[in-house]
Amino acid sequence: MRKLGNQTILLENPPYILETSSIVGPKEAQGPLAKYFDQCLEDEFWGEKTWEKAESKIIKENVNAVIAKSGIPSTEIDYCFAGDLLNQCISSSFGLREINIPFFGIFGACSTFVEGMCLGSIFVDSGAAKNVLCATSSHFCSAEKQFRFPLELGNQRPQSSQWTVTGSGAAILSNTNLGKNCPQITYVTPGKIVDMGVKDGNNMGAAMAPAALDTLITHFKDTGRKPSYYDAIITGDLGYIGKEILQEMAETKGYNIKSNYDDCGVLMFDKDAQDTHAGGSGCACIGTVFSGYFYRQLKERKINRILLMATGALMNSTSSQQGESIPGIAHAVAIENITNK
Amino acid sequence: MKSIETKQEYLDYVDKKSPNSPILRNCFNAFWVGGLICSIGQLIFDFCQYKGLDDTMSSTVVSIILIGIAALLTALNIFNKIGKFAGAGSLVPITGFANSIVSPAIEYKSEGYVMGVGGKMFTVAGPVLVFGISTSVIVGIITLFFI
Amino acid sequence: MDFLQSIDWMLLLRCFIVGGLICIVGQILIDKTKLTSARILVIFVTTGVILGAVGIYKYVIDFAGCGATVPLLGFGANLAKGAITEAQTSGLLGAFIGGVKASAGGIAAAIFFGYIASLLAKPKIKKQ
Repeated sequence: MRKLGNQTILLENPPYILETSSIVGPKEAQGPLAKYFDQCLEDEFWGEKTWEKAESKIIKENVNAVIAKSGIPSTEIDYCFAGDLLNQCISSSFGLREINIPFFGIFGACSTFVEGMCLGSIFVDSGAAKNVLCATSSHFCSAEKQFRFPLELGNQRPQSSQWTVTGSGAAILSNTNLGKNCPQITYVTPGKIVDMGVKDGNNMGAAMAPAALDTLITHFKDTGRKPSYYDAIITGDLGYIGKEILQEMAETKGYNIKSNYDDCGVLMFDKDAQDTHAGGSGCACIGTVFSGYFYRQLKERKINRILLMATGALMNSTSSQQGESIPGIAHAVAIENITNK
Repeated sequence: MKSIETKQEYLDYVDKKSPNSPILRNCFNAFWVGGLICSIGQLIFDFCQYKGLDDTMSSTVVSIILIGIAALLTALNIFNKIGKFAGAGSLVPITGFANSIVSPAIEYKSEGYVMGVGGKMFTVAGPVLVFGISTSVIVGIITLFFI
Repeated sequence: MDFLQSIDWMLLLRCFIVGGLICIVGQILIDKTKLTSARILVIFVTTGVILGAVGIYKYVIDFAGCGATVPLLGFGANLAKGAITEAQTSGLLGAFIGGVKASAGGIAAAIFFGYIASLLAKPKIKKQ
């Protein structure tokens, strides 16, 4: 493991992504990616009394599922990195309070999933851990309640607003592939906080796009790679507006990502049929789309090199009431099929 | 497109990129739903008058009934659909005030009846009462001194 | 049938149009200013108190009936009317009592129905 350029880390023993798992809510289950998810819920409460309890249950069951799928006993998982959107990350810490794995609660807003993968892969590469668990969750209802208005309020959602994905994504990183065909994390590019002064909490894509641009360009500069090196460059939840902004701004900086770039917030929903305006958002957006869709694509070798970049808006309702602008962040990992078949 | 360097350039660019609300359609929906709600109020008012109530009492009955209907529709998860369709058409009449009290009451039920329902009931409508009542007291005091 | 005959249909039409126009003003505020609904309600109530206090709003009420009283402007105007009337009859104490007294029915109804609704209803997701 060594540092490259300004902020990228080259992993010399690239950790395998041994297994992933995803659970999504009912609305996501009506979207175009439904068939790729491991489990689709029929209602947002999932038998619980509150939205918060439901979200905890989602991440808990998803973590149990990924451990079961991986074939590794939970006692052999050394560390867990997890976080979510609720205050003090209660979904993760309440959901995972019984798993008995040393726990790092992390907060990176919607960038949490890849932030966990960055940290986890460094742990595995360094030899500090053999197996690491990364997990995240978000829930439309608990997020609306905390960040916006009660669900029953008869207001109109602005066209630029995004729909928080209900669900959870989880991955196990390991120093062995157990003889299976697994993609590996080769580079980690943690992002800087970038704030271009966007204050509109209903336009998160625009608030986060500059951070994504910064991390994207830094990754290319640090590694010497070109956008065309990757089969897919995937951002977390920039949505339709942020996606277009990132694409256009990258072009002005001399990086053409038009052909291989997409965004999980755009992929998650059918914009017109589901009335989700600017697209999906939330920790679970990239968490479930990567765990469900892109991980399969990598395993089946339909794509072999992907730059996975999760974006986060580091604000809360107090900061927006105080008129603060929204700082954005983006963390990237390069995931590749290296081993020959 | 040229490269964006400053915050101001970026904000202008974002403004250009962000879709506008379909304002004409929204205004049309707000107009007829709002008008309809007021007309329902007027019919209730006329009925009260027909039954011999005075203007003040009739107005109060109108408010209470419209608030009751709005509360019921909120509880049945219908009001938010009307609100999504009509925007200000259901927000600006007294129904919007009722919805803004009833919706947090339902949402925060999970935090208990005292601090949840009781405490959070006014998260949206509280400011309306604070500013409405405070201004009315000022108006009353001004009346005393100047009229 | 007597009731139907007692309805002033022209008033009802004016009520529909004026009520609708006031809502259009609100809609333009929503779409053009990105104000939250709480702020819009505050703007309407405060404007109503002021219009009521300077005496303009009662002409609108005379013209449009519930088209003027049902929107929150009317709620504000009613607060002002109550405060002024009560201040004139009972002095300083009246300035404090009048507004709330005039709108007590609506406020109490909203609180009461809100509490009842929370007993009966469960939060649900918006299907939009």
